Amino acid sequence: MTDTTNGSLNGKGLALIPRAEGKQTLKDFKSDQEVRWCPGCGDYAILAAVQSFLPELGLKRENIVFVSGIGCSSRFPYYLNTYGFHSIHGRAPAIATGLAASRPDLSVWVITGDGDALSIGGNHLIHALRRNVNLNILLFNNRIYGLTKGQYSPTSEVGKITKSTPMGSLDKPFNPISLALGAEAGFVARTIDSDRKHLQSVLRQAAAHRGTSLVEIYQNCNIFNDGAFDTLKDPATRDEITIRLEHGQPIVFGTGDNEQAVRLSPYGGVEVVRRSEASDDQILVHDAHNPDPSPAFALSRLDEPAFQHVPIGVFRSIDRPSYDHLLNEQVRAATADKGAGSLADLLHGGDTWQIN
Amino acid sequence: MTKQVQQLDRVIIRFAGDSGDGMQLTGDRFTAETAQFGNDLSTLPNFPAEIRAPAGTLPGVSSFQLHFADHDILTPGDAPNVLVAMNPAALKANLADLPRRADIIANIDEFTKRNLVKVGYAGNPIEDDSLAEWRLHAVPLTSLTVRALEGFDISKKDAERAKNMFALGLLSWLYSRPTEGTIAFLEAKFARKPEIAKANIAAFQAGWNYGETTESFSTSYEIKPATLRPGTYRNISGNQALAYGLIAASVQARLPLFLGSYPITPASDILHELSRHKHFGIRTFQAEDEIAGVAAALGAAFGGSLGVTTTSGPGVALKAETVGLAVTTELPLIVVDVQRAGPSTGMPTKTEQTDLLMAMFGRNGESPVPVFAPATPSDCFTMAVEAARIAVKYRTPVMLLSDGYLANGSEPWRIPEIDELPDISVRFTTAPNGDDGTMYLPYLRDPATLARPWAVPGTPGLEHRIGGIEKADGSGNISYDPNNHDRMVRLRQAKIDGIDVPPLEVDDPDGDARVLVLGWGSTYGPIAAAVRRVRKDGGKVAQAHLRHLNPLPANTCEVLRSYDKVLLPEINLGQLAMLLRARFLVDVITYNQVRGLPFKAAELAAVIQDVIDSD
Ligand SMILES: Cc1ncc(C[n+]2csc(CCOP(=O)(O)OP(=O)(O)O)c2C)c(N)n1
Ligand code: SF4
Ligand SMILES: [Mg+2]
Repeated sequence: MTDTTNGSLNGKGLALIPRAEGKQTLKDFKSDQEVRWCPGCGDYAILAAVQSFLPELGLKRENIVFVSGIGCSSRFPYYLNTYGFHSIHGRAPAIATGLAASRPDLSVWVITGDGDALSIGGNHLIHALRRNVNLNILLFNNRIYGLTKGQYSPTSEVGKITKSTPMGSLDKPFNPISLALGAEAGFVARTIDSDRKHLQSVLRQAAAHRGTSLVEIYQNCNIFNDGAFDTLKDPATRDEITIRLEHGQPIVFGTGDNEQAVRLSPYGGVEVVRRSEASDDQILVHDAHNPDPSPAFALSRLDEPAFQHVPIGVFRSIDRPSYDHLLNEQVRAATADKGAGSLADLLHGGDTWQIN
Repeated sequence: MTKQVQQLDRVIIRFAGDSGDGMQLTGDRFTAETAQFGNDLSTLPNFPAEIRAPAGTLPGVSSFQLHFADHDILTPGDAPNVLVAMNPAALKANLADLPRRADIIANIDEFTKRNLVKVGYAGNPIEDDSLAEWRLHAVPLTSLTVRALEGFDISKKDAERAKNMFALGLLSWLYSRPTEGTIAFLEAKFARKPEIAKANIAAFQAGWNYGETTESFSTSYEIKPATLRPGTYRNISGNQALAYGLIAASVQARLPLFLGSYPITPASDILHELSRHKHFGIRTFQAEDEIAGVAAALGAAFGGSLGVTTTSGPGVALKAETVGLAVTTELPLIVVDVQRAGPSTGMPTKTEQTDLLMAMFGRNGESPVPVFAPATPSDCFTMAVEAARIAVKYRTPVMLLSDGYLANGSEPWRIPEIDELPDISVRFTTAPNGDDGTMYLPYLRDPATLARPWAVPGTPGLEHRIGGIEKADGSGNISYDPNNHDRMVRLRQAKIDGIDVPPLEVDDPDGDARVLVLGWGSTYGPIAAAVRRVRKDGGKVAQAHLRHLNPLPANTCEVLRSYDKVLLPEINLGQLAMLLRARFLVDVITYNQVRGLPFKAAELAAVIQDVIDSD
């Protein structure tokens, strides 16, 4: 019989990956390559956060692989002293799928941008999410095409003025969290480049998750889309906008008179109300483990319209069997059933005859 | 009535019927009986792309041709000696291929007014004298079958369905085939429905007995076993041989096989076959599209698997960018293109050799890849192992060009001994290769092969990054240096140019031919059969066949220049001809057809004779 559960691997995304012997430091994960992003780019902060986070995982460095597509963000692997594969535009999830499915002893990370993941690579992304190979996908969302010098992207707001849309962009953007939830993702989170503590706590949970995890990271492109997330960073506005999701906690945010809460809306979905208007038992308690993705989806819609309220944190984290585990289990079961393959037996199978 | 038994040296039979009539199965069974008997054989299935075209119509006709002989043969045959036509559509669709005096066994039960009208027959060809040129055997196959199965507890529909087994029984009698194999096959196939199994066996036997007793057939035939090279044989199709070759390559390379693939005719059967052999440590991955298929295979190759992707022309078009990535990251990868008629969707179930130039050049930048092509169905095994040997030795993607004709055609295959297979095992790099003893230089090449080292994730101390951006010679770091790029482009080309491929062999029995016929890939059988005919008539002609198209064998130019004329038949508009003219300034004479079908030996023989006679 094929074991079709994750078994003891639930919540242990790293269980099969060999652990480092000594203590590691940030330095172990820095490569000798000169970092070439524009000064002030949000990618620097994410790189620093990842470099200082990786030692915490305690994995053998040689068993970590970063796979990326194409874009400014996709240069990321060059700056980490792990194995790395800087591939082609949009295809990193597919390349990483082959690698992770054939090598369960590796911790595989995908670095991708909003254009890379959601435009040219949209198909691979949604299939990676539903398939649930043990991967961590970090989607650097700067809501612009950085590397090609500033065209609008599939996450740019409608009306975006760019070189390719001088009269404003026309098409509705994707909400990456809604998309991922719709694509059957088991782990979906959002964080932001400027909040290292939050970023690292999300990465920690993503790494621990067995299966595909998608982490959207808001990343400032100070050259082509500067300030896209300023309202989430400015002390004057951020607390009224940012909703920090914590599993098991009532969803409240803002301070003082501006304290607000999220409750189920009588029209379906969820709504933001003044804290004072909601009784305690009306306030939605965040359940990232809810098998039903609908509440998480409803939360993902709160940023409509125009970034009024933006939840960050882990929207969804559920256990379901990972593809690589199931695939390797089929290989194991077939071998247990038929014995390790014999080439001579294979070639002589079927009807044969002898000529002397 | 005593019947005569006549000896024949070879026969070509075509079973034709509606897609739902089970003609492929009937053909397969007759093939298995013939293989068991020890004849040499070659088969050609021909089926519509539609799964079930409307019953009884011309587009719905499915056929299976089998050529078998008491000597070694090279093709499924040009024209059938016997046509089994299960309905008027099958007769109409195939009659043009039938030479005079050939036998037609027609199921007259299906020649109803309605069915005749459906395919545009004004009268009934069985009853008027329009088939006078042929030897017609009008047999009520359906009603005879139904009557033979009267005692069985099965529906009328199931009884009618068994008519293909009745036909098989009749043909088995006619050509003195052994029957045990088919009986055992039916028992196994319908193990869960014993009544259906018994009924099919009864229909099969009734067909045999009908042959023995009816006056419609006065003669039965014998075709003695062929004398082939000693060994153990099995019948094998190109797709199955290719799948087995990939498994053998994985075993011989000691690398787990990873197949990333997306279903497409006529390549899907390789995916199906490999999916059945997980106990070889094979991982098969049905991807969301062809790009993901090749990308996953490349990712697995980065991790130390034998990465393979299988597809047909439209899929190769989608994979181009990823193959380019494999070229520049210099990772082993096997890309199987089972070519079909194009452009675009073209004719999915029909064969063509039209992807050669795409395989050679269909990528951006200077992006050389080895291109190999098997010559026969069983050669798909050998060439799959060869593709893997080159991929792992030189760390390069390899294009393997099969086609619809090879994929679905079959022939007896002498099963190789395992120790006849090449050892293609690789050694991963496990230690630093830099001068200082600590550095790992992922692009430091082996001076003999120019291959770069292959260090897989999990190897301590060799952490490195590769990618699609140009790399500095040696270190592999990103480099935009003009001279470095020029050097790397030339190095990648030199690596492919230097691949060790065997010399081109020439078959020129008397050594005095002045015309050479050159071919590549699946045209081997028809060309060789045509060459035989020409020689039998006293013509002098040499033959050479390319299985390695990039790089070409080192002696190719020399061979071409040593003949006055080189004739190059291709199932395209002259793709190899263009390459040879460009490379060697040899003005080959082209002969091209793109009808979705293999060449006929007789046609080619006439073309060869013309070339010999001209000037
Ligand atoms: C097949 C292909 N098409 C187009 C490009 C050009 N291109 C490179 S990066 C990019 C968009 C990058 O945007 P994003 O993924 O958001 O990454 P960012 O640079 O913003 O980090 C495009 C269109 C390419 N490299 N390959
Ligand atoms: S263009 Fe934007 S995203 Fe790219 S490196 Fe510069 S700041 Fe960063
Ligand atoms: Mg971007």
